[in-house]
Amino acid sequence: MMRLEKRPQPSGYWTALTPILAVVLTMLVGGVMFWALGKPPVEAIRTIFWDPLFHPQFAAYSRPQLLVKAGPLILIAIGLSIGFRAGIWNIGAEGQYIMGAVTGAAVGLAFYPSESVLLFPLMVIAGALGGWAWAMIPAVLKTRFGTNEILVSLMLVYVAENILASASANWLRSPEGMGFPGSRNFKQWPAVFNDELIANTGMHWGVVTAFIAVIAAYVMMARHIAGFNVRLTGEAPRAARFSGVSPARIVFLCLGLSGVLAGMAGLFEVTGPAGQISIDFGSGYGFTAIIVAFLGRLNPFGILAAGLLMALTYIGGELAQLMLGLPGASIQLFQGMLLFFLLATDVFTNYRVRLVRREVA
Amino acid sequence: MADTLLSIRGLTKAYPGVVANDTVSFDIGKNEIHALLGENGAGKSTLVKMIFGLVKPDKGEMHLNGEPYQPGKPSDARRSGVAMVFQHFSLFDALDVAENVALGMETPPPMRDLARQIREVSETYGLPLDPYRVVGTLSAGERQRVEIIRCLLQNPRLLIMDEPTSVLTPQEVEILFRTLNKLKAEGTSILYISHKLEEIRTLCDEATILRLGKNVGTCTPREVTARQMAEMMVGSSFLTPEPKAGAKGEVLLRCEALSLPAPGAFGTPLREISLEVRAGEVLGIGGVAGNGQDELLMALSGERLAPQGAIWFKGRDVSRDGPSLRREAGLLTGPEERLGHAAAPNMSLTENAVLTAGQRKGLVKNGFINWIAAQDFADHVIAKFDVRTPGASVAARALSGGNLQKFVVGREIEQNPDVFVVNQPTWGVDAAAAAAIRQALLDLAAKGAAIICISQDLDELMEISDRFGALNEGRLSATRPVADLDVEKIGLMMGGAHDMEVAHDI
Repeated sequence: MMRLEKRPQPSGYWTALTPILAVVLTMLVGGVMFWALGKPPVEAIRTIFWDPLFHPQFAAYSRPQLLVKAGPLILIAIGLSIGFRAGIWNIGAEGQYIMGAVTGAAVGLAFYPSESVLLFPLMVIAGALGGWAWAMIPAVLKTRFGTNEILVSLMLVYVAENILASASANWLRSPEGMGFPGSRNFKQWPAVFNDELIANTGMHWGVVTAFIAVIAAYVMMARHIAGFNVRLTGEAPRAARFSGVSPARIVFLCLGLSGVLAGMAGLFEVTGPAGQISIDFGSGYGFTAIIVAFLGRLNPFGILAAGLLMALTYIGGELAQLMLGLPGASIQLFQGMLLFFLLATDVFTNYRVRLVRREVA
Repeated sequence: MADTLLSIRGLTKAYPGVVANDTVSFDIGKNEIHALLGENGAGKSTLVKMIFGLVKPDKGEMHLNGEPYQPGKPSDARRSGVAMVFQHFSLFDALDVAENVALGMETPPPMRDLARQIREVSETYGLPLDPYRVVGTLSAGERQRVEIIRCLLQNPRLLIMDEPTSVLTPQEVEILFRTLNKLKAEGTSILYISHKLEEIRTLCDEATILRLGKNVGTCTPREVTARQMAEMMVGSSFLTPEPKAGAKGEVLLRCEALSLPAPGAFGTPLREISLEVRAGEVLGIGGVAGNGQDELLMALSGERLAPQGAIWFKGRDVSRDGPSLRREAGLLTGPEERLGHAAAPNMSLTENAVLTAGQRKGLVKNGFINWIAAQDFADHVIAKFDVRTPGASVAARALSGGNLQKFVVGREIEQNPDVFVVNQPTWGVDAAAAAAIRQALLDLAAKGAAIICISQDLDELMEISDRFGALNEGRLSATRPVADLDVEKIGLMMGGAHDMEVAHDI
């Protein structure tokens, strides 16, 4: 008979090991799934994890994509991870991401066709504020009326999606778009185009911001009293109160930060890789970032690695759809599996398995 | 004996380090309301748990109706006709009354029949209750009725009630007593656990008094005075304290009619608490658990803000200041609950040092934490208070209760507070460590700090306090110099008999 026994302290060894174990288990079970779908499992796994980086033919295109996809994932996940540390579950980063993009793009387009160098920074600030404002809705409702931020933030994603649809079809629609939905294309507007900073690397301002966010989040969580209070609130809310931390301020801080970062991610995406506000702009980064945050153990550098890994499954997944005809949903299933196995193996961080003989009563 | 329902002989139960029940013997007669009386930690809960089959006795035997009775689990006890109403209810708020009752049954009848039975029982015993009401909308008294009816549906021969009146209003208490008397008249015996002396005198036929796990006597409550029962309950074992050095300094902390509503369903409201404590003085606050100790500490720490003008620290109104501001000013507190309140379980001792000492020890500058200074402070507390731990980087939850207690008390004392309020400073701590903590409190007072020590350990309070007051249902008795007190007066103060005698000093 097996028994789980609580460890006196969380195991540092298992904390580091579980993400790797989760990836391996996902590969194994994912392989079985692909095999059941009638696809060659080993080839499918290789297409997802190896080919995007090293395939002689495709790698040149897909390698820069790694940073393009990882940038927003990391940026959003950093914001989410701070809230998750405090036990504040912002599930609606997708909505904040969309609202950041819409707000930032709207501010930019209001000045079209200005060539001012100040316009792009202004749009970044507007994007950050858009995401922040959207995240303040669940924050205010939670602190004022005790609503559940999981539900409110999640529901607001659908509201944001409708605002996005309305923007691309009506009030941000390009006058030169011959009536098709979608805003002006930022790629054709050099003053605000968030282009690659170094050619063929995928490195744009959003990626740079993500890297800065990783370092800033690390410093905040490890050295600053605000990060300490966030962790304390998550670990022991009563002790946090006793220490003098106001629970409402932590809610505003955490939701605000994740809203700002998600909004900025949206702005960098719409002015860069996406190029315009369109109905299908929301690509699910906000949801995938939740997996990234947990896969990275809510640790900034872990999130950096997890974001790159998750970006890889995105690109590899597209490649596998293209080359092996795998259904798109199976890739999402594959990503979901990663979170599932991570949470399952996570038990070993706080518990150890003891084999015991059944006690005779 | 034909008129004995439950006979208990030599029941003993020992836990590591403490004998909870030591050869306890007594009888509960048929048609009798039998009181079980004792202070906290006297062994009342362990005893009823053994009767209800939750705990197995080490030694001794019980006979129910003359037959051997050894319940292995609560369902055995129920089958033998023993039912119990617990102090804290186990009800689902979202379900209605009948559904809650059905959940506790092994083979519940159809819902409509059950609802009819509930209505019948509730009418018979004068406990008005609608079976279709959702439990979440019921008052504490009504919830208790659900639990009682749940028991009565099993037609018990013995009903155990654990401190039933602690959650009731006076009107509800009256209804409950009528019900219990009716049950008694119909042949159900009741084992009634309480420490409210007047209540027991009006309700109970017989009383068994436990002290430190031993049966110290049986009496007929109607024939003795509350004072005599209090004496038996408290014992006269504690040391007569030395009168302490006279001259005390200025008033450092003062409460003026501090009232606060109860924080939750099981909390106690604070009712017009007035107190003052001077530099160099230790004020001891006694009372049975759950009479407002935790609430008083949270009001003084600033976790719950008080109405303006209620709390004065060094002549300044701090009622609306949060914990950080009060700490900065020099008012420090130590909560009872070590894990989760005084300390964060999964965080290291160093991090737990920052928890309260960040400002006063300069561990945080410009918002950034100086981890080296924090660890030095943690190490200092560990060394000074002899905290047994491999180091300051160990998680708080890995420490034993006593060691963590030394750490959290030491953490506050080493910050040199002007006023230190501490709840249960030596609870669950071994004798040597407890003595060290008490000495540290006395040393702190000798340095000119004012100390409020809330505790359920009377010996402790008599040892360290200059003055003593008792909390009862959120009210604080008048405080008196410890030198003027005796066992009997203390027992009455704790039992809430404020009207027995007017304070004769101050």
